[in-house]
Amino acid sequence: MGMTMTQKILAAHAGLDRVEPGQLIMADLDLVLGNDITSPVAVKEFERIGAEGVFDKGKVAIVPDHFTPNKDIKSAEQCRLIRDFAYRHEIENYFEIGQMGIEHALIPEKGLAVPGDVIIGADSHTCTYGALGAFSTGVGSTDMAAGMASGKCWFKVPEAIRFNLKGKLQPWVSGKDVILHIIGQVGVDGALYQSMEYGGEGLAALSMDDRFTMANMAIEAGAKNGIFEVDDKTIAYVKEHSDREYRIFKADEDAVYTRVIDINLSDIRPTVAFPHLPENTRTIDEVGEVTIDQVVIGSCTNGRIEDLRAAARLLKDKKVHPRVRTIIFPATQKIYLQAMREGLLEIFVEAGAAVSTPTCGPCLGGHMGVLGKGERAVATTNRNFVGRMGHPESEVYLASPAVAAASAITGRISSPEEVMK
Amino acid sequence: MIQGKVIKYGDNIDTDVIIPARYLNTTDPAELAGHCMEDLDKTFTGRVKPGDIMAAGRNFGCGSSREHAPIALKAAGISCIIAETFARIFYRNAINIGLPILECPEAAREIDEGDQVQVDVKTGKIVNLTKGSVYQAEPFPDFMQEIIRADGLIHYVRERMKRS
Repeated sequence: MGMTMTQKILAAHAGLDRVEPGQLIMADLDLVLGNDITSPVAVKEFERIGAEGVFDKGKVAIVPDHFTPNKDIKSAEQCRLIRDFAYRHEIENYFEIGQMGIEHALIPEKGLAVPGDVIIGADSHTCTYGALGAFSTGVGSTDMAAGMASGKCWFKVPEAIRFNLKGKLQPWVSGKDVILHIIGQVGVDGALYQSMEYGGEGLAALSMDDRFTMANMAIEAGAKNGIFEVDDKTIAYVKEHSDREYRIFKADEDAVYTRVIDINLSDIRPTVAFPHLPENTRTIDEVGEVTIDQVVIGSCTNGRIEDLRAAARLLKDKKVHPRVRTIIFPATQKIYLQAMREGLLEIFVEAGAAVSTPTCGPCLGGHMGVLGKGERAVATTNRNFVGRMGHPESEVYLASPAVAAASAITGRISSPEEVMK
Repeated sequence: MIQGKVIKYGDNIDTDVIIPARYLNTTDPAELAGHCMEDLDKTFTGRVKPGDIMAAGRNFGCGSSREHAPIALKAAGISCIIAETFARIFYRNAINIGLPILECPEAAREIDEGDQVQVDVKTGKIVNLTKGSVYQAEPFPDFMQEIIRADGLIHYVRERMKRS
């Protein structure tokens, strides 16, 4: 019986020739990641272990991105705790405000994730690096602590669903629409405990930013990880961002999958997830009249340069609706600078949108765009749970940057086609 | 052996409703417990008693990896969670902090709010004392039993690091 991509990576990191689904293994880690919400708990647990130092100062990354720049005194104290820890243990990849970006946009950009890696992060969207052909998955703070001390983590070897991609995305359709479509199809626990493995002839037509978005939301289908076959685009990205050696793992021809799902990219329409689950999807043609109060464009899901370019194409020489607060968050400093140089930030400000320094803030109802009672937002983020962006009676509609920008202009959930016709 | 009264919820109980992010600027278990479940059920913190058992449907603990969620539930007094399925990060976190959880679809469906339930975490046996029914959950694999016996992952890792 052959192995999937994920199974092969896990076997190699556990020093085994082969693994079986369900097998419990101890794997060597290439990177252990945490943020300002999860690391404070991890630091306390790490100190209980009593290890002298972290297993490898170059293989731990701490990114204060959630409640930063510090939103209140308590957040400042949490950041102080992890900053002290990072300095004390000489963590090489601690990123202070000014260098900081949203962790899952920052880590690939800094070359800290490459094909074949095994990465854990105390943040559920750590699965993002599967776009690079790495095994990466979210864990909790205690796993982060144990990983920092030992350089190892236990895993139950997952089964996998294979997604065969074919066709090519239509104009105004992006990776976000594909992953929302998929979550709508399989459900929020449709890939529970499993890998989502992507390949097929349609892969070549997806940009790296599309793939990051799709891998990022694997957790929203309950998956352990999402992972893409490595191709020329992956290699080009990795060579541009990293000088680390990488290793390409391909699924065996006779790899066993629990399901094989064909996805024709050409058929996918702009897609919106209605409250309060990411599986409540409708195509843009089915949304009806939904007026909105706020638009958020950004996050680890959709704060990359292509996302900003898509939003700018729509907002150029237009104004956002006067009743829609539109807030745009480039995900990293590098993306911010790039957007500035390309004139995108000017387009946003001219259109009446606010542009913020990188932060996860509004996505999880932390700061910088919290919703009040009864308010509705279109967000390019990843979760629309009850109270996710603020008041328990507020509503979040998940969409692509293009749909979000179009909706900012009209004041209701709208198709980019409608705005650009 | 754990015994307690059941508080029951539905499917896809996510970690954002277990502990909303606006309270994640602290790691204090008691403070977190004070806001546990409040966006879904404002009555929870007022009625939960130490030792109570939580029952729920599919995909319990989905979403954010925040360990504050099982920490809040444990500090609120929840002694054990029985669900049809758990989201995988929550599953790991619960084991790692020593909060017993059992996957048993039949029990999770048939147990009702207010039932008195007895759980043997070691064997996976669940007895509904109110209804007189008995269920068998899959017991934890040996490896996880070891973590639980070591009183959580931290002690387990500490012991292993000492040995090597």
